[in-house]
Amino acid sequence: MNSRRRRTVAGLALPLLAVGLVACSGAGGGGSKSGGKSINVLMVNNPQMVDLQKLTADNFTKQSGIKVNFTVLPENDLRDKASQEFSSQAGQYDVATLSNFEIPFYSKNGWLAPLDSQVSADASFDQADILKPMTESLTGADGKLYGEPFYGESSFLMYRKDVFAAKGLTMPAKPTWQQVADLAAKLDGAQPGMKGICLRGQPGWGEVLAPLTTVVNTFGGTWFDKDWTAQVTGQGFTDATNFYVNLVKAHGEAGASQAGFTECLNNLEQSKVAMWYDATSAAGSLDGAGSPVAGKIGYAPAPVVKTANSGWLYTWAWGVEKASKNVDGAWKFVSWASSKQYEELVGAKLGWSRVPAGKRTSTYSNADYLKSAAAFAKPTLSAIQNANPTDPGVQPRPTPGIQFVDIPEFTDFGTQASQFISSAIAGKLSVSSALSKSQDLAQAAAKKYKGK
Amino acid sequence: MTASATVAPSRTTTTRKRKSSGVRASSLSAGLASWLIGIIFFIPVAWMVLTSFHSESDAGTNPPKFGAPLTLDGYREFFGSGTGQSPWPALINSATASVVSTLLVLGLSIPAAYALSIKPVRKWTDVMFFFLSTKLLPPVAGLLPLYLFAQNAGLLDNIWLLVVLYTSMNLPIAVWMMRSFLVEIPPAILEAAAIDGAGLINIMRKIIAPIALPGIAATALICFIFSWNEMLFARVLTGVLAETGPVFLTSFVTSQGLFLAKVCAAATAVSLPVLIAGFAAQDKLVQGLSLGAVK
Repeated sequence: MNSRRRRTVAGLALPLLAVGLVACSGAGGGGSKSGGKSINVLMVNNPQMVDLQKLTADNFTKQSGIKVNFTVLPENDLRDKASQEFSSQAGQYDVATLSNFEIPFYSKNGWLAPLDSQVSADASFDQADILKPMTESLTGADGKLYGEPFYGESSFLMYRKDVFAAKGLTMPAKPTWQQVADLAAKLDGAQPGMKGICLRGQPGWGEVLAPLTTVVNTFGGTWFDKDWTAQVTGQGFTDATNFYVNLVKAHGEAGASQAGFTECLNNLEQSKVAMWYDATSAAGSLDGAGSPVAGKIGYAPAPVVKTANSGWLYTWAWGVEKASKNVDGAWKFVSWASSKQYEELVGAKLGWSRVPAGKRTSTYSNADYLKSAAAFAKPTLSAIQNANPTDPGVQPRPTPGIQFVDIPEFTDFGTQASQFISSAIAGKLSVSSALSKSQDLAQAAAKKYKGK
Repeated sequence: MTASATVAPSRTTTTRKRKSSGVRASSLSAGLASWLIGIIFFIPVAWMVLTSFHSESDAGTNPPKFGAPLTLDGYREFFGSGTGQSPWPALINSATASVVSTLLVLGLSIPAAYALSIKPVRKWTDVMFFFLSTKLLPPVAGLLPLYLFAQNAGLLDNIWLLVVLYTSMNLPIAVWMMRSFLVEIPPAILEAAAIDGAGLINIMRKIIAPIALPGIAATALICFIFSWNEMLFARVLTGVLAETGPVFLTSFVTSQGLFLAKVCAAATAVSLPVLIAGFAAQDKLVQGLSLGAVK
C-alpha cells in the first residue's frame, strides 16, 4: 500500500515537474519586449497596409533605428484581437489600426493614449493639414485627439462612362436614388451579362449595412432617435430598405446576397455591372495600372433623397495603446506613416495611385498625385469634406456615425440585422419581417443607453 | 457411385466459382467506393493546389478557370515578395510547438498507458474516464481564463505557453490511443521475457517498444497534426514573436482586394510538413491506425 502510494506520488510529480520546467524556461525565453528599439504594430490586412509593411524596414527603421514588428489580420479578426488587447491593456502592442468606429468609445474607456502633446511638439507633422472631418472623428468626447488617420474614404457612385455613352445616357451632377434606379433599369443588359448596378448584399455590419445605412439616412430614416428609441420599423428606414432590396433584386449583380466590396470591385472590373455605389477608395484600384476599366470610370456624388449629401466617412487610423511602454517610439512610427513624406515615398516607389489618400489637404494639391488620380481626386475630396458624422440625416442623433451607430453593441446587433437583410435580398425573408426582427435587436441593444 | 462422384466435384467447382465471382464483385464495388470517397476528400486539396498556381485575377473569377496559365506569384507572396515579411519565424514557431509538445506527450502518455493496460492501476477505468472528461470542456470555454492567466504571468506571445497547452490538450487522446495499442500486447510475451530475466527497462525497450512502434508513430503523428493545425489558442495568445503558421496564414486574407491565390499558396506550403510527416510514416501508420495490429 505504502509503496503504491509512493509510486502514485512519483507518477504525479513527474509530469508536473516537466510542465513546470517548461513553463519556467518559457518565462525567460521570450515575451519581454526589447525596450525603446522596437515597437509592435497590430494592423488590418488592406493593400495600403501591405505597402506600408514593405516600406517600413528600408525607410522608417533605417532612419529611426526602431524595429517594427507587425501582426497583420483580416478585418474581423483584427477587431476581435484589438478589443481583447485594448480592453485588457495587455501591452503586447504599441500601435494598432483602429477606425473612426472604435476610437470614440475606446478613448471613452481609457484604452488609448492621447496624442495632443506629441502633435503640438511635432510641427513638421502639420496637424492642420489633416482633413477636418477626419480629425473630428478621431477626437474623443473629452476633446483630446486619440488617433491619426492613415487613409480615409467616403462613398460615391462609380459608373462606366463608355457604357453610358453607348446607351445615350448621362449621369446627373447630383443624382437622386430614383434617377439611379431608372438608370440601372436602362443599363441592364447594356453589354452581354451586364447588370445595372452593384450594391453590397453580404452580411456584416461593415458590409451591406454600410451602404444601406447611408441610403436610410437620406430617405429620412435612422437606427435610433435622439432618445435611443429604435426606428428600424419607422417609415424612412422601411422605405429605404425596400428601395435598396428591390433595386438590387431587379437590376443588381448576380449572387447579390453574397457580394461585398471585393465582389463588386470584380464585377465592375469585369464588365458585369455598369454602376457601383461604394467606398471612394475603390477608385484607386479601378483606375490603377492593370485594371481593365482604367480610364472608363466616371464618379458622381453619393445619391440623395432628402439630405444634401449622403456619403459616409471612414478612416483607418493609428491608435496608441495606453499601456504601451514606448509611446515616443509609437508616435515616431505613427507620425511617419501618416506624414506627407510617406505619401511621397509611396508615390515614388510604388506609384501615385497607391498613395494612402483621403486624409490630408495637401495630397489634393500635389501635382504628381493629381496626375494619376485626376478622375477621382476631386470627387473623393468633396465627398469626405461634405460628410458630417454628427448630423448625417434629417433628425438629431444620439451618437455620431454615418454608416454605423457608434456604440460597441452595433457590431453585434448590426451583424445580426445584416443577416436578416441579406436574407431579404436573397428572397428568403420579407423586408418587413427582416426589419421587425432587427427593430427588436436594436431596441434590446440600446436599453443601457436609454434614459441617460 | 461413379455418377455421384463425378457430379460432386463439379458442383463444388461451380459453387467455388460463384463464390469467387461474388467476392470479386463486392471487392470491386468496395474498391470503387473507396476510390470515390478518396477523390471526394482529395478534390478540395487538389483545388487548393491548382488555385495556388493561378494568378489572383484568374483565381477570383466565377465560373472558375481550370486551364488558366500557371504562375508562382502566390508562392512568391507567401515568401514575402509583397510584404517583405518572411514566413520562417512563424513556421519555426509552429515546428517548435508541435515537435516539443509531441515529444512531451509521448514521454508522458506511454508510461501512463503502461500503467493503464499492462500493469493496470486500481480503478484504471475511472482514470481513463477522467482523462476523457478533460476533453469534454469546449476549448473556447477555457480561453478567457487562460488569456488572463497568461497576461498576469507574462506569458502572452510566448511559444512555450503553447507547448504546454498543446501537450495538455493532446495528452488524453494520446493516453487513450497508446493504451489501446499496449493492451493488445499478449501478456504471454511479457511473462516469457520476465522469466528469461529481463527487467522492466529491458522489457520496455526490447519487447514493448518494437511491438508498439506503429502505435507510437500513429499517436505522434496525430498529436503533431493537432498542434500544427491549432488555430484558436495560437491566435488569441500569440502576437508578433510567437505567431504560428496558421495565424500567419490568415494574414493573407483581406476584405479589400483579391487574395485567393496567395492564401491557397500559403495553405499549401503550410500543409506540406504534415504531408511529408504523413508520407514518411505511412507504412507504420497503416499498421497503427488499423487498431489492434500489434497481433
